[in-house]
Amino acid sequence: MIWVDAVVQGLLLGGLYALFACGLSLMFGVMRIVNLAHGDFAVLAAYLAYSAATATALGTLGATLLVVPLFAVFGYFVQRGLIQRALATGPLATLLATFGLSVIIENALQQGYSADTKALNPGSLVSASLRVGSDISVSWLALITFALAVVVLSALQLFLRRTRTGRMLRAAADDPGAAALAGADTRHIYGIAAGLAFGTVALAGLMFAMRSSFDPTIGPTQLLFAFEAVVIGGLGSLWGTLAGGMVLGLAQDLGGQWNPAYALLAGHVVFLAVLAFRPQGLFPARRIA
Amino acid sequence: MTADEAVTAAPAAPAAPPPTVSRGGRAALWSGVGSAAAIAVFAYLPFMLYTGTTQTLVTFFTLVAMASMWNLLAGYAGLVSVGQQAYVGLGAYAVLQFSDWGVQPFVGVALAAVACAVIAVPTSLLAFRLRGDYFAVGTWVIAEVYHLAIAQDNSLGAGSGEALTTLSGFSPVMREAITYWVGLAVAAASIAACYLLLRGRLGLALTAVRDDETAAHAAGVAVTRAKRAAYLVAAAGCGAAGGMLLVSQLNVAPDSIFSVQWTAYMIFITVIGGIGTIEGPVLGAAVFTVIQQLFSSSGVWYLILLGAMAVAAAVWLPRGLWGLVRSRTSLSLFPVGYTVRGLTNGRGS
Repeated sequence: MIWVDAVVQGLLLGGLYALFACGLSLMFGVMRIVNLAHGDFAVLAAYLAYSAATATALGTLGATLLVVPLFAVFGYFVQRGLIQRALATGPLATLLATFGLSVIIENALQQGYSADTKALNPGSLVSASLRVGSDISVSWLALITFALAVVVLSALQLFLRRTRTGRMLRAAADDPGAAALAGADTRHIYGIAAGLAFGTVALAGLMFAMRSSFDPTIGPTQLLFAFEAVVIGGLGSLWGTLAGGMVLGLAQDLGGQWNPAYALLAGHVVFLAVLAFRPQGLFPARRIA
Repeated sequence: MTADEAVTAAPAAPAAPPPTVSRGGRAALWSGVGSAAAIAVFAYLPFMLYTGTTQTLVTFFTLVAMASMWNLLAGYAGLVSVGQQAYVGLGAYAVLQFSDWGVQPFVGVALAAVACAVIAVPTSLLAFRLRGDYFAVGTWVIAEVYHLAIAQDNSLGAGSGEALTTLSGFSPVMREAITYWVGLAVAAASIAACYLLLRGRLGLALTAVRDDETAAHAAGVAVTRAKRAAYLVAAAGCGAAGGMLLVSQLNVAPDSIFSVQWTAYMIFITVIGGIGTIEGPVLGAAVFTVIQQLFSSSGVWYLILLGAMAVAAAVWLPRGLWGLVRSRTSLSLFPVGYTVRGLTNGRGS
């Protein structure tokens, strides 16, 4: 029964990874760039929420409702102010600039908040759990995170399929030049894509921060998990990313069940195996979104 | 534009002297003499300086070697790796392992370079399945795998690391002097390797790939082989640099030696100094070392400053500080391209 429990926990953990990954996938799909500071922005959001929740009467829920939209707006301006300029400079520049941002954020957080671990208190949710049978208990927090991931992915999917802005996003992803000719303001559209990515990664960062304690250095690890979820699932497929996240979470939890030191290694090995034997991913899509 | 095209493209004006194609010429001769002189001066320094200064210089040499290798990858082969710390760590652990087997650690540094190149062969098979931005993150994951695997190895001290004890036969002064000379040799060899490789067939292939990968492939350039060659050389150089870190610090722990900060240093140095030039990483390493020395007492602010400089350089000054120097003086200490002189209307490059 321990193993069944590990399977359930691992699959639910996949929801969190999918939440981390969908912004990464969106930015790569639309702008063909990987934001190497993706994980660090999640940590930054967690620290902002921590400050908001401890310094004011907002509480964790209020801080979440404040920080996530704030980050979406922030993402729009990071894209317009910095990443867009890097895109114009050349293909290397976006990687170098976002990697520089990653180091800056991590060290600035270290200076501002010290290297001590912090935790975001989700209130009564942390202890409450749902009992299934005699041996399996699922925390409400994990369930809510997974449900949030499904809701966010569905909303993104609907947005890309059904709305005018979503269509323009897909057009800019296919061919920015042609989209611009057809009247789309690609810079604005890129800003919107980055805003969505930052909003979702902030949400992911906060859900992570409620689940376990965090410190300024965990950003890169979250970036790697998100990246692995995208590659395992198959590039360009949002639901594939959810499945990829679940495979990754499952591998980590089963590896950890075998020996706690193997948890991360097991996830990485599954990723490398997919890369070696099925580089198109387990659930590839023919096109973005 | 290749040199041949440049020559045929020149207008056939009868009075004008024929254009000449040259590579460096006198400037290259002087920079060769200058490099030899600089190495001689550096080699003499341990007789004059205090150990604090030579230790700073050993760090500087290690950074020059690492950044030159990262520059070879990103600046010439178009492979942005965020996982070079894999070879820094493996190089250090290789020296430790060889030392356990009875190999003298200074010899071990050279063997570590070879070992890293060998490990890089299967690694590149996996990493090269990803391209562009995904290659960058993929190499990072692979570095984490090596990190976690080494941290499980009890014979190498597992997670807490191990000290290098086989250098205790030397007196401290002698040990530091030899460490310094080996460091100087690793840095000089890294620069020389980049220079010689880029002047040869590989350099021509990589330049063609950088300008247009599809066209280069169509013209018969073995694109993947050229990139893999650069990747193997970079692995060897970073392995030697990692070995240097072990012999200068005398102990190693997986969390610090496999830290992504090494690649961050390589990137900052190369981008600030000037990516895609051989001089850039040397200049960048000097700037990096000066800033680190000036601000090291005030915590991690120097990293924030260097990160901001790298972001600014990547976006607004893509040729870095050396690019500024070159645009003012057209100076090239290590010329790897060709210059066409004597064209009436064209410009050579």
